[in-house]
Amino acid sequence: MNRITAGRRHPLARYAVLLLALGLLGGFYTLAAPTSERADAAIASGRADDVAEGRKLFEQSCSSCHGLNAEGTANGPTLVGVGAAAVDFQVSSGRMPLANPGAQAPRKPTAPWVNDDTIRQLGAYIQSLGGGPVAPGPEQVDPAKGDKAKGGELFRANCIQCHNFVGSGGALTQGKYAPPLHDATPTQIYEAMITGPQAMPVFNDSIITPEQKRDMIAYIVGVREEPNPGGAGLGRIGPVTEGLVAWIVGISLLALAAIWITAKKRQAHQ
Amino acid sequence: MSTGTVPKPIAGTSSFLDDRLGAGNFLKRNLRKVFPDHWSFLLGEIALYSFIILLLTGTFLTFFFKPSMGHVVYEGSYEPLKDVTMSEAYASSLHISFDVRGGLLMRQMHHWAALLFVAGMMVHALRVFFTGAYRKPRELNWLIGVGLLTLALLEGLTGYSLPDDLLSGAGLRITEGVAISLPLVGTWITFFLFGGEYPGEDVISRFYSLHILLIPGILLALISAHMVLMWVQKHTQMPGKGRTNTNVVGAPFYPAFMAKAGAYFMFTFGVIALLGTFAQINPIWLFGPYTPADISAGSQPDFYMGFLEGSLRLMPAWEINVLGFTLPLSVLIPALVPMGIIMTGLALYPFIEQWVTGDRSEHHVAERPRNNPHRTSIGMSAITFYGVLWLLGANDEISSFFHVSLNWTTYVGRVLVFVGPLVAYIVTYRICLGLQRADAAVIGHGVESGVIKRLPHGEYIEVHVPPNEAIEAHVRGKTPVPMIAGTDADSDGIPPKGMRGPLGKLRAKMSKAYGGEKIALDDGHGHGDEHGEHAEVGPGKDDKSLTH
Repeated sequence: MNRITAGRRHPLARYAVLLLALGLLGGFYTLAAPTSERADAAIASGRADDVAEGRKLFEQSCSSCHGLNAEGTANGPTLVGVGAAAVDFQVSSGRMPLANPGAQAPRKPTAPWVNDDTIRQLGAYIQSLGGGPVAPGPEQVDPAKGDKAKGGELFRANCIQCHNFVGSGGALTQGKYAPPLHDATPTQIYEAMITGPQAMPVFNDSIITPEQKRDMIAYIVGVREEPNPGGAGLGRIGPVTEGLVAWIVGISLLALAAIWITAKKRQAHQ
Repeated sequence: MSTGTVPKPIAGTSSFLDDRLGAGNFLKRNLRKVFPDHWSFLLGEIALYSFIILLLTGTFLTFFFKPSMGHVVYEGSYEPLKDVTMSEAYASSLHISFDVRGGLLMRQMHHWAALLFVAGMMVHALRVFFTGAYRKPRELNWLIGVGLLTLALLEGLTGYSLPDDLLSGAGLRITEGVAISLPLVGTWITFFLFGGEYPGEDVISRFYSLHILLIPGILLALISAHMVLMWVQKHTQMPGKGRTNTNVVGAPFYPAFMAKAGAYFMFTFGVIALLGTFAQINPIWLFGPYTPADISAGSQPDFYMGFLEGSLRLMPAWEINVLGFTLPLSVLIPALVPMGIIMTGLALYPFIEQWVTGDRSEHHVAERPRNNPHRTSIGMSAITFYGVLWLLGANDEISSFFHVSLNWTTYVGRVLVFVGPLVAYIVTYRICLGLQRADAAVIGHGVESGVIKRLPHGEYIEVHVPPNEAIEAHVRGKTPVPMIAGTDADSDGIPPKGMRGPLGKLRAKMSKAYGGEKIALDDGHGHGDEHGEHAEVGPGKDDKSLTH
């Protein structure tokens, strides 16, 4: 009797088998799922005509709001001329496809069919419609190549009135908001600047040069990775949380201390 | 003093001092001073001890801070600001934060102590207000307290502006906006304060003098006066067994109260040190240097200025033009009206209450908040008014954190600031009366004993026993709120003198509503004759024994 046969009677064995079966089932399903099949097939066949593939993707996932020819409908704007950079920003950050209309599209996990290839194909299709800004290369967004201090000055002059002093986000009117920049990749930050998604204005290359954009990315990425030397950062949103802590932690602790100190009473002489 | 057991060096020194200072008599009298014991009496000490810590940490900070708006290029160790042009004040604040040993800790403790200083004053003032401890003879000490609170706000404002980072600049800009909006004198005051066009080059050094010299000096003097008056007038005490208007029941200053006060200083110090160590406050390096063109989302004042920020945010954009002069009501009203209502209201309340109740007698026993329901309701109303403004000062963070529309927070706030205090008044009044009824029930029926009795006819009742002696004494410490005697018209329908004009009539009406006993402890329960017995076992009480 070897170890495996002995283990068959182990009380945990049935769970192990169940787990294995579930894992296999899930694995097969993932491989056989229709979306990945299509994407994989396109790449495998080597005939990945990006524009044509992108158009297919567009018709499936985007056209209900943006129109069959991206001409726009009552529910979504035209995408002619927005460029591949806008596609990459919106789709890679999960904002598009939109789950439900609201004041603003929130960042969310990407749709299952989204990957680098599908984004490229979709971008190629949109780019073919009327040009527009294209996604930056890795050189252009490398935080290590930027000057943090210069970027910080530009960031303070152009971004923080909405995004907060470290990019923690802030409120805008009517339910709109400037999202926090904690999860934005350098590429997405760059693309947001050149395409001006949602409530954000466009900062084109004549306003802020590509080098300056890289400096800003260096600052944003640098500051968000910087530890808080003074202890817990309290959300890095300024004095509101500080006041909360002063009352909830400070005054509560001191009130408790006062109660404790005075709990021992000197009994009056009878 | 000079018994044989005292060692000579001590006896010699003390008699030397005694002969010259009369210290012995002074100490003998004062060391035995009795202090009443209640946890809420320690709340004011939070402010006192925070002030001491503020003086100590502040002194440390002055060793390194340079109150100058001269331009320098930053060459310190915080890399993301390297080679950035900034004011000397900001550069030296960064220097304190990153290059002075213990500097960041001192800065953070100073700031946390400042928040606790004001918060401590507020909770202390609320305690004094709700227990009526401001009544005669303590009205002057109450006024000193209001002065202290106002000065503390000013002290906070000037301190907030000193580091000259982007956040303090935002506060300074609002200060300037308020100053310049004042009719007639606004422009003069602004140019005087800033030494020219905003931001000028003078304001930091001027605020520095105010912040480290003038205001702390006045604070220190007023705090001393506050303490001396408290010492001379003796502390109020909660109603209880053996506590009257002519005695003080508690522990002597030495050793019991001194030990407690000393321990409480340590607690305050400990909490401030903990906060300073583990919670980052005002990270000036993240805000960057002040440039009048830049502003950050989430720019807020420290919490004690939040109600002003909120009123500014709630205010519709009104302005009127008179004879070619613009009156920016959208700045003037929020800057002056809420502050005026709250501070003037605080200062005048003891005198208004005296006028309404006609009460000129001395009070040394504090009132339980429920036993003066109108005062408590007015207090809660004011807290609600302040609270709504305070909350709305953070409406952008509320909007962004809870995902509600910023506009709606403003609309709701505009309604709440008027409706909230009204609702708070009514609800508090009802709660106070309910609590008074509960007290009357305790006196009338006793408290539940946990013993269940079965009556001959099968009914179960819980036996009530008289309340604990201390609790009963505490409850029975209630006195009716005084009111002006003889406000009613005599048999000929002529009201008494002083109650005839419209003001007099109003006074009589208010006095009647404000004063008097709302729920008497000993009646309404139909068994006054059974006092001292309380056990609810007899038949005929079944309805009450089930509900209480």
